[in-house]
Order: sequence, then structure tokens, then C-alpha cells
Amino acid sequence: MRVESKKVDLAEGDLTPMIDMVFQLIAFFMVLINFAQTESNDRVKLPSSQLVKPPEVPLEFPIILHVAKDGEIILGGDDYTAETLRVGLQKELAVIKAQGKTLEDANVVIRAHKDTAAGDVQEVIRVAQEQKLQNFALRVKEDNS
Amino acid sequence: MKIRNREEAQKGGLNMTSMIDIVFLLLVFFVMTFKIVELEGDFSVRMPLAGSDSVTMDPTDLPLKLRLRADENGKLTSMSLNEIDLGTDFNQLRVNVVELIEGTAPVEGEDGPEIEIDTDYNLRYEYVISSITAVSGFKDGNEVVKLIEKIKFAKPRR
Repeated sequence: MRVESKKVDLAEGDLTPMIDMVFQLIAFFMVLINFAQTESNDRVKLPSSQLVKPPEVPLEFPIILHVAKDGEIILGGDDYTAETLRVGLQKELAVIKAQGKTLEDANVVIRAHKDTAAGDVQEVIRVAQEQKLQNFALRVKEDNS
Repeated sequence: MKIRNREEAQKGGLNMTSMIDIVFLLLVFFVMTFKIVELEGDFSVRMPLAGSDSVTMDPTDLPLKLRLRADENGKLTSMSLNEIDLGTDFNQLRVNVVELIEGTAPVEGEDGPEIEIDTDYNLRYEYVISSITAVSGFKDGNEVVKLIEKIKFAKPRR
């Protein structure tokens, strides 16, 4: 039994510097992690533009529509097509109306994949227009190159 | 055995194994979920449904018309601005926009010039964004010079 315990002693180095480093790393990643990225969607790769700047004040009452490459629309985790999007939008509008706001306060944020057909985006806008929405924002990635 | 345990605890101090396990788990979690934040911004498009606008249209104040044409793969083949053919060069588009809106004093706000984008259905969206970038301004050093802020889309072409 003694021999065994000696082996353990030999194998144990000083763990302090390693733990220091590991805690530093954890602190670094914790600070940089961004949970507010819930807006993004894996199926959407935004086009980029040199002119856009991140907004200083976030948009009021955003309705975020993701348009995937195949033209499918994702709103609040549910998939829609241009034909069925009306139903999804009406749910969102009900929430906005319940908060005592008008449709002019709502902002439709369109996050469309860069390779999606422009017509699909136009269809999304058309459907939203039919619901009397009129403020649209085309979300793009900032290009610093 | 009990005696040996006591001896070990006295020799080695605290048992670190479980803490290191947890700490490594945390580290792995944060490394895996780490994603460099890409900054995003918006191009705003204000498009009330046609006919609902109570303001009467001034016939001399017609919007510029940008037509984008695509091949069957969605690639941009040609552009024309108010019937001026521009090929596929977005710089050329910007130069033409600068020429066309030169002299119109109020650029910002509701009275600025307006552009209507009429695109083929299958054109890839990134070309639309590139054209919107070209018509809405350009970078002069670090400053952004604004050109057209009112952007709208024509009816989708099927």
C-alpha cells in the first residue's frame, strides 16, 4: 500500500499554474460569449455591405423574418412559405396590437440568405404589405474590408 | 483503509480532481459556443401598400428606375438605370446615380430622391444588396456620403 501511495505522490505536479490559466481562459470566453445572437439562424448567410453600421438604438417592435436559400421563411422558430406567412404575421401583429401600438410602429427585419432569389424577398415584402406593414429593414453584414 | 485515507488527505491537501473536471467542462462549453460576433446593420425600406398613400404624386418627382436582369442561374447579366445601360458594374451605377441626383438639394429625409428597384425574380439577393449599397451612398475615407435613402421595390416579376 505504501508503494502505491508513493506513485501517486510522484505523479502529482503543482496544479496551480494550470488552474490559473484555465480560469483565465474561462473568464475570456465567458466575457466574449454573446447570447444575444438568438436573432441569427444557421440557415441564413447574410450578404455584406460596406455602408451599413450597427444601429445605435435597437429597432422598436421588430418582426424578424429569416429567408433561407430555398425561399422558406422562418418566423419565431416556425417555417412558413410565402403563401402561409400571412398566418404567422397575423399572430405577431396581434401581439403588437395587444401592446397598444399601431402597425406603423412595427419594423419587419428581413434576414435573407445571400443566394436566395430576390423575388422571394419581394414576395415576403408583398405579403407583409398586405398586412399593412410598411417599415422594412434589410439586414446585412457589415463588411470592413 | 480508513487510516490510509486520512493519511492521503493530510499529505495531498484538497482533492482537485472533481474541480478540474468541472472547470474543463466549462472551458470546453465556452470554447464550443464561442463565435466571433459579426456586426450587422440595416438598409431601411419604406413601402406602404400602393394606393394607401394619401399624398398625391408629383409627376415631376418620379423615382429613378433601376432594372436588374439575371440569367437562369441567378447571376446578374445587366443593369439599367432610367434606360441607361450599365452592364454589371456597380461603380458605374453609383457614378450615374451621383450624376442624376446632382443638384437636388435635400438628400436626407422624406424629400430626397427615390429609387425603385425592378429585379428579375431569380436574381440572387446579394446582387440586390450590392445595388442598394451602390445607390445609397459611398465611403469617402471614413465618412459615408449618402445618395439615395428612399428605396422601394417594384412588383415581383414571375
